Amino acid sequence: MTNSIRDITQDSQCIFVIGSNTTEQHPVIGTKIRRAKRHRGAKLIVADPRRIDLTSYADLHLRHKPGTDIALLNGLMHVIIREGWQDEAFISERTESFDELREVVEKYTPEVTSQITGVPAKDIEEAARILAECRPGALLYAMGITQHTVGVANVMSCANLQMLLGNMGVPGGGVNPLRGQNNVQGACDMGGLPNVYPGYQRVTDPDKQQKFEAAWGVPVSKQVGLTVTEMLKAAEEGQVHCLYIIGENPMVSDPDLNHVRYSLQQTEFIVVQDLFFTETSQFADVILPAASFSEKYGTFTNTERRVQRVRKAVEPPGEAKPDLWIITELARRMIALGAVTPSQDAPHAGWDYRELTEVMDEINQLNPIYAGITYRRLEEGAQLQWPVPHKDHPGTPILHVGQFSRGLGRFAAVDHVPPAELPDEEYPLMLTTGRVIYHWHGGEMTHRARNLEAMYPEALVEINPKDAKKTNIEDGALMKVASRRGEIIAKAQVTDRVEPGLIFTTFHFAEAAANFLTNPALDPQAKIPEYKVCAVRIESVQAGDGIN
Amino acid sequence: MPIVLTINGQKVAAEEGTTILEAARDVGIHIPTLCHHPDLSNVGACRMCVVSVEKQRGLQTACTTPVSEGMVVDTQSEDARATRKFLLEMLLSDHPNDCMTCEVNGDCLLQDLVYDYDVAWPEYNGLRHTYPIDPDPNPFIFIDRNKCVLCSRCIRACQEMQNRDVWSFAYRGFETKLVAGADQFLLDANCESCGQCVAYCPVGALYDKMSLKTGRAPSVSKIRTTCSYCGVGCNFDLNVRDNRIVRVTSAPDAPVNGMALCVKGRYGYDYVHHPDRVTQPLVRAKWLDAKQIRQRVADGTWMVANVAEKRVQPAGNGIDSIVPDTFIQTDWNAALDVVSHKFAEVKKSMGGDAFALLASAKCTNEENYLFNKFTRQVLGTNSIDHCARL
Repeated sequence: MTNSIRDITQDSQCIFVIGSNTTEQHPVIGTKIRRAKRHRGAKLIVADPRRIDLTSYADLHLRHKPGTDIALLNGLMHVIIREGWQDEAFISERTESFDELREVVEKYTPEVTSQITGVPAKDIEEAARILAECRPGALLYAMGITQHTVGVANVMSCANLQMLLGNMGVPGGGVNPLRGQNNVQGACDMGGLPNVYPGYQRVTDPDKQQKFEAAWGVPVSKQVGLTVTEMLKAAEEGQVHCLYIIGENPMVSDPDLNHVRYSLQQTEFIVVQDLFFTETSQFADVILPAASFSEKYGTFTNTERRVQRVRKAVEPPGEAKPDLWIITELARRMIALGAVTPSQDAPHAGWDYRELTEVMDEINQLNPIYAGITYRRLEEGAQLQWPVPHKDHPGTPILHVGQFSRGLGRFAAVDHVPPAELPDEEYPLMLTTGRVIYHWHGGEMTHRARNLEAMYPEALVEINPKDAKKTNIEDGALMKVASRRGEIIAKAQVTDRVEPGLIFTTFHFAEAAANFLTNPALDPQAKIPEYKVCAVRIESVQAGDGIN
Repeated sequence: MPIVLTINGQKVAAEEGTTILEAARDVGIHIPTLCHHPDLSNVGACRMCVVSVEKQRGLQTACTTPVSEGMVVDTQSEDARATRKFLLEMLLSDHPNDCMTCEVNGDCLLQDLVYDYDVAWPEYNGLRHTYPIDPDPNPFIFIDRNKCVLCSRCIRACQEMQNRDVWSFAYRGFETKLVAGADQFLLDANCESCGQCVAYCPVGALYDKMSLKTGRAPSVSKIRTTCSYCGVGCNFDLNVRDNRIVRVTSAPDAPVNGMALCVKGRYGYDYVHHPDRVTQPLVRAKWLDAKQIRQRVADGTWMVANVAEKRVQPAGNGIDSIVPDTFIQTDWNAALDVVSHKFAEVKKSMGGDAFALLASAKCTNEENYLFNKFTRQVLGTNSIDHCARL
């Protein structure tokens, strides 16, 4: 997030939520949005193909078709520019390439936009008016924006809108992706990505290569590594021989599971480190028992870049160990076996950490955005949001104040591109996927939280009453959903939360995981799969049919 | 311009619009409250905060009365103290006398006030409510209306913080009753089981059902930490007794969430102690020495494992059942030996790019940093990723 939860909920005059079912996925932010709307009078606009909880609180629900976000955002910008509501001062002082944007959005009249998105033209006009009148406004998005083959372009469109309105670098504004996992932000910040070292320092930048070679005392790879989807492909093709999987369950969470299974079967040696025996563990050669969050010390970084303490409350069960212990042991053994020989002169060559603070010290040295984040400051109660470039720096609750990190903010104008797979005669419906409040991701934790499981014990497929009637599917009855890649059987939930032609399900349940159906088509740049749109067909199932 | 008033003989400066209660607390003068909570609107329902104000008739509720210039307040006047004591007697006259077994013993505002004001258990036997205990089938929120003091904190928490409007008062007078929706069950009344009402309840009327009989405030230790579910970064206190998490309680000073938590954060902790947890390293038999397996299984340090229903269990027929793919429950030394030797061998023969590593958005920053270092320094590849896109 460019901004903080606090300033968004306290200072925004308008909150624009697009592609985020906030009350179910980020419930406490959802609570604060509702509070801002009801008790402070902030405007709330929600763009979502489904009628979600937040839409009942919203001033306006833009119910666009899945995969038409760019068109919708361009349509809004068209009206803003047509009416001259853009922030001219911000555009001239802080941005570039505005003319390109103007040119591209020119053709997205409310009528054209309405045709692409299904949103009535008058709602597009009204939303643009609210966005223009209620500044500062914050834009919040989640996987509904990113999990598309045009994920990157979607994000750019969000940024375009906020720059156009001058909503950047101010309290109550910003482009705010809500990060999913508790520490997905931290995993990215710490170099858990194939193209960057900790702190988003590019692995292809010779200066950074040199920096890490000097720090770690080894030559480093100069090539960008593989993304998760590419890893599985490489394993299947015999280029990757060893997979080391820590706290992840690709056999539920990755797209096109039948294909994932095949890739895992082809891999020579798989190590899985987790709390439970997962669907992925079936393919493992070695399983290492890890400690849960309540059994170890450390820090997590939240969606607003705030670094917070994690503290041990109980002992791990049996011989389970914190991941930190496991990885350190493994590294020492590999060095002892001569698999790598770091130069002893390098300051961070070794793995002999006596205290957790020594790991943080190393992070302070090598990751510039974490340079000033120390345990001492955290224990003293400092609220630190990165970047924190030095130990006296108060942290950065709002990014891009006064200047963008690249200097001028560039309007990257983009055109609507339809999703990779759209309904056709054979697969006439569109499937979109998401989550529910009671479950988490692949469900490894929540299926084992007794009462969460009791609240939502099985996969449900949301289907509009019209489609249900057409296919003789009754509420609560089993239905089959098939795509070009696989099929699942789950209970139907007949509801107008989805419009005719669209069905929705979750990927929380391994036995009916939506990811048997989803399309592994990727955004070419971010390599994110298009979970939010694929084509399916449905049929009713007599009880007992097709169930093993 | 600040307003100057006198509280208990002390000159106090306060901003306009400040209540007597806030002005007093700012200078460390304690006024007892029951229905007041700093997060919530003030309703003056319990009247525990009554104070005497010179030149004003009767007593004023400190939580709703704004300060004014020259005001002279006495928080400990005979009238105020007698009134508080009487109010507490009234509350006790319709309250179960079961502090000994009550879940909130030691963590109860009513109990504290009764102690402070030395209120004896009332002699007179008036009408008492006999509401059913725990009448609501929802799995999270325990209700005992016999203990409800009608302070409306839960109602305001749900309305003003959670914005779900589940709770309200129904009926009138002595029959006034806390109800969900139109006197429905919680889950039929738009409740999302966030447990905010429990967190704000000053007495034992609302409690966390999963934590009944697992340990009360004085017998648990509280450890402040950050939630393991989503990226909002809520802080809360894990309540621990005998090495088990028995409850999650709100941390009012949590920077992101304050008292707010969601159903997963507050009630989704029991996976930590689930019997499915893997507790020993497992290695497929084909990666171990057959003789060593036999020895270790015989001496009981290793075990032939079977995985059924996602749970690791001892295999029924033991050593005779071993095939190359059988999982052997080993020890750390053996398991790490297998992994490090295999990794070293593959690195030597095929180089770093024969490895791919999935880090975890569930792990700490320190752990992820070390995974990154392991991948790039020890294995010599950049093929590390995690589920950021999924």
